[in-house]
Amino acid sequence: MTEMQALQEMKFQPKDFEFAHESQELEKDEVMPARSAWKDSVSLFARNKGAVIGIVCIALITIFAIVAPMLSDWKYDAIDTSLQNIAPGAQHWFGTDNYGRDLWVRLWQGTRISLFVAVAAIFIDVVIGVTYGMISGYFGGKVDSVMQRIQEVINSIPTLVILTILLMVMKSSLFTIILALSFTEWIGMSRITRAQVLKTKEEEFVLASRTLGAGSFFIIFKEILPNIYSQMIIMVMMSIPNAIFYEAYLSFVGLGLPIPEASLGTLINDGFNTLTIYPFQMIIPVVVFSILMLSFNLVGDGLRDALDPTMKEM
Amino acid sequence: MTEAQPILEVKNLKQYFKVSRKFTVKAVDGISFKIMPGQTYGLVGESGSGKSTTGRSIIRLYKPTDGEVIFNGKNISGKMSKEELKLLRTKMQMIFQDPMACLNPRRKVMDIIAEGLDIHHEYSSQAEREQKVYDMLELVGLSKEHANRYPHQFSGGQRQRIGIARALVMRPELVIADEAISALDVSIQAQVVNLMKKIQKKTNTAYLFIAHDLSMVKYISDHIGVLHLGHLVETGTTDEIFNNPIHPYTKSLLSAIPEPNPRVEKYRKSASYDYKTSGIDYHKGTEHLVDGTHYVLATDEEFKEWTKK
Repeated sequence: MTEMQALQEMKFQPKDFEFAHESQELEKDEVMPARSAWKDSVSLFARNKGAVIGIVCIALITIFAIVAPMLSDWKYDAIDTSLQNIAPGAQHWFGTDNYGRDLWVRLWQGTRISLFVAVAAIFIDVVIGVTYGMISGYFGGKVDSVMQRIQEVINSIPTLVILTILLMVMKSSLFTIILALSFTEWIGMSRITRAQVLKTKEEEFVLASRTLGAGSFFIIFKEILPNIYSQMIIMVMMSIPNAIFYEAYLSFVGLGLPIPEASLGTLINDGFNTLTIYPFQMIIPVVVFSILMLSFNLVGDGLRDALDPTMKEM
Repeated sequence: MTEAQPILEVKNLKQYFKVSRKFTVKAVDGISFKIMPGQTYGLVGESGSGKSTTGRSIIRLYKPTDGEVIFNGKNISGKMSKEELKLLRTKMQMIFQDPMACLNPRRKVMDIIAEGLDIHHEYSSQAEREQKVYDMLELVGLSKEHANRYPHQFSGGQRQRIGIARALVMRPELVIADEAISALDVSIQAQVVNLMKKIQKKTNTAYLFIAHDLSMVKYISDHIGVLHLGHLVETGTTDEIFNNPIHPYTKSLLSAIPEPNPRVEKYRKSASYDYKTSGIDYHKGTEHLVDGTHYVLATDEEFKEWTKK
């Protein structure tokens, strides 16, 4: 018991202790180059070989799509039955189709349309989808409920029905296709955006921003948006082939482009009919289409990595 | 009574969350305390006792259900005018719990720290903005080379310093530190707490220090409030609380502090406290003055019984 008492009485003096880390400041370490985030991203993107190859391919295909139909002696819609199904050669570089139309010109003419559809799809995704998802996710509550119900209603109407109705009012044209796309194309995107916003807006750094007095505009564009880029880019890249195929499918059921027009989708469909006899009619557009898709995906991956600062050390 | 005006006065603050039509969570149920300029008020309590909610209600991340929060002589608990809102958003700042989550991973340290300056346009040139950030980095013990990095390139302690710099760049009069050190390892906790004390000496900022680590609260605070189930059961100066705890919950908390001396620690007995079986009803209790600034929440009989010994 006496030992116990002795222990209880033993007391620490203030000088028994000293503050940890009080004198030692954090060591200074080597200087990182001061560059803007934008430049960082560009250099990171340039170092990604796949992404560079992808962007070069897209650029080349785009240039061909613009220039080739203008420079060629042939017209994409000139029918000449004496020139049916010629194999690729010096006269017709990619051969001719069933109606004697030059496939070189038709291919690039078609690529033009398909690229246009792709760009329109990106535009619809970003402008309608992202905005819708952002508002719905960020403001939440009743706004969210109402917007989600509206979206569900739109999503539940089959696109083909919408398109058929549209075609009763309008002529079948590229514009009609894009209008049809903009009815439903953005829904996947807005869902992903909403989910990401819901997740990100509860993060502590958003709260911190709020305690500093940031407005909704600042929080959305400076705090939330940069953190959901990667999911959005992946979503956009996935929606491009969807849109191009969708256009081809519409043409296939006769609701798409009017007859003499071409797109990669219609070319592939037409070529498919004569695949066993004239395989080149299908293989060439398929190759171009594949390269285009691959390039979009490579660029998308590269973009995602370039915008992610945690990748910068590698 | 007091000569100096308190920087923050919380009167009967209530924060309820309606979970469903029938069920309401009373996270904070009528608490009152004061913080003097340049002083530290430590708010302690177990998980779920409403510590963080109190801090968030005061800084208006939530809208208080009832009660008054008076900051710098202005009531900030209700609808605020533009000037009052600006005062609140600049002069009251918060340091967050998780250093990994409280910094935007996609922004550079420079932009993170300058965020408040950007929002309130508190600089006239880019050079001034940079200078303010560099000064802050130096104040928290980082170097200005760190400004061009991203948060993931820092350790936990360094990130918490960045969080502190972000709060302090606005020259706040009150900083709410919401478990600011709980997520750090013990050696880093000392770093950050000492840094906070050093800054307080320099800038005369008041702190509302929310924590569950009593020994850390004892070390940093001038006043302590013990929070349990949304009620402030006991409040007073650090000495009053630690030397003369009245409320059984406070006693139980204090008895749970480990002793640094292993031979004494061996014989330490922690008093257990269970609200349900203790027969104490916080709703019936009223504030009783013990002495000085020491108040305890109790009914008259309870108060007599607890102070008897």
